[in-house]
Amino acid sequence: MAFQTDMENLQPRSWRQVLSRLSYWAMAHRGIVIGGGLISLIVLAAILAPFIAPADPYEQDLLSTMMPPSWDHPFGTDDNGRDILARVLYGARISLLEVVLSVGLSVLVGVPLGIFAGTAGRMVDQAIMWIMDILFAFPGIVLAILIVSVLGSSLMNLMIAIAIFSVPVYARLSRNLTLGIKSMDYVEAAVSLGISRQRIMSHYILRNAVGPIIVQSTLTAGTVILSAASLSFLGLGAQPPLPEWGAMMSDGRNYLGLNIYMSLFPGLAIMITVLGFNILGDGLRDLLDPRQ
Amino acid sequence: MKSYIFRKILALPLILIGVSMLVFLAIRALPGDPARLMAGPEATQEAVDNMRSRLGLDRTLVVQYAEFASNAVQGDLGLSIKSKLPVVDEIAERMPYTLGLAVCAYLLAITIGVPAGMIGAIYRHGWQDQAVMLLAIVGASIANFWLALMAMNTFSVGLGWLPLLGASSWKSFILPSVTLAVLPTAVIARMTRSSMIEVLAQDYIRTARAKGLAPGSVYWSHALRNALIPIVTIVGLNFGSLIGGAVVTESVFNWPGIGRLLVDSVRYRDYPVIQGVTLVAVTGVVMMNFLAELVIAALNPKIRLD
Repeated sequence: MAFQTDMENLQPRSWRQVLSRLSYWAMAHRGIVIGGGLISLIVLAAILAPFIAPADPYEQDLLSTMMPPSWDHPFGTDDNGRDILARVLYGARISLLEVVLSVGLSVLVGVPLGIFAGTAGRMVDQAIMWIMDILFAFPGIVLAILIVSVLGSSLMNLMIAIAIFSVPVYARLSRNLTLGIKSMDYVEAAVSLGISRQRIMSHYILRNAVGPIIVQSTLTAGTVILSAASLSFLGLGAQPPLPEWGAMMSDGRNYLGLNIYMSLFPGLAIMITVLGFNILGDGLRDLLDPRQ
Repeated sequence: MKSYIFRKILALPLILIGVSMLVFLAIRALPGDPARLMAGPEATQEAVDNMRSRLGLDRTLVVQYAEFASNAVQGDLGLSIKSKLPVVDEIAERMPYTLGLAVCAYLLAITIGVPAGMIGAIYRHGWQDQAVMLLAIVGASIANFWLALMAMNTFSVGLGWLPLLGASSWKSFILPSVTLAVLPTAVIARMTRSSMIEVLAQDYIRTARAKGLAPGSVYWSHALRNALIPIVTIVGLNFGSLIGGAVVTESVFNWPGIGRLLVDSVRYRDYPVIQGVTLVAVTGVVMMNFLAELVIAALNPKIRLD
């Protein structure tokens, strides 16, 4: 009876209590709220770009090139008279696509590889980790340049290159998690019950490794955006006229002193997005992976 | 300690062999015929075949790799397609510029990052801590080439205080070093803060305070010395990301280092240079990581016992 009363006390009684609990949670997890808010804004901007952009991002107006910010063009226009705000908004779509595809691909390859290495025995583990150590030895940008020089410069190849250099991060993380989880009593109990190796890998190890993998994915998202923008800035990623933020700044570098807006706004967009992912990642780490 | 160093030294060639194999295979997978590239666009088929035979491209991959590896060990990385000069000479000519930039950036990052992290830890949860953490997370979120463009626009084009491009004087080092230092400064500040927080909670710090030691002496002599291991780790292991940053920074500032050489060689499809620069850069990173591990092992006996 007493237990039931306690449970009733735990239920929020009014909207004020709900609000106070929510605000308490939000204060305790400020990173998730601020980072999540920034990322939600970027996602909204990307989805609503066709409705909120003041112009078509590809439409040239050679009579109003290099215009400073105005009511018609809040971020100004570029060297081809294209609206910079429209291009920044559409650029959010490309950056989020880069994050989803590159992070998704590297998780899909890296995590199973790491779990396999952690469960397959010493020789296989050492062989896989040797390959991962080799990939890890490359500075990310240098490996991506090497891959892009083989595959050719395009947005898709850029995403593949970034995914490849991110694979070792997930492989190492999931291998280390696997080694830790493998020695837990409940996994040993599952082994002694005769549960198949595939089921142990997917139901016992993967499920318990999800938290740190989500945290790592959020933190990697910022790196992906910065790397993709760097490569596009160098002319090795997205090609004109795609409104990719790095490629837009590459255009802008030719007009320093004449039109800073071509570089300023795409760079701010990158900073806000990466900041959002970094703050969210830190917040998620505190929530999901407190041991870190 | 000896067996720890021995194990690390044994692992080193394995990684370097793997790196050289990957670079070699990647270059062989490049689209287009390297022999035709080397012979020139107007060469006859016979001239192209001769070039192929001269380059050894008509032999098996295993033989080609063995020759490539043995030449690379002897310091022969082939000839540049663009300049026709030995790749090693091109790299040697540009290496001091990249190393100079990296050293300046690291010195700047340590000089600012370590005290900033210490301030964050000493005034934990205070406004000083909040400010340091905010600056660190913003610093880690900025694209360094964007910062470079903004700095060039303000200090070179606008105010005319600093050179815009190239490496003509000591002043040329300022903008590239500062932009390259932003990320490592942020990382070092965060690492120093968390490492110092852990150390400041230890009993021997309380004892030092109880003895009446001056706060400066407690923080610098007692706490920082023990918080150094993670800082050394991060400085050593982040050399790779510094080199990655240098590739972009050098391209923005037209800096005559190996990073710009790499980007230019991709544009010209100068595959011996891509191969050589990648190999040298990665070997440098591997060696730096190795040195960092040795220093860490020397500082912390627990690690070498694991």
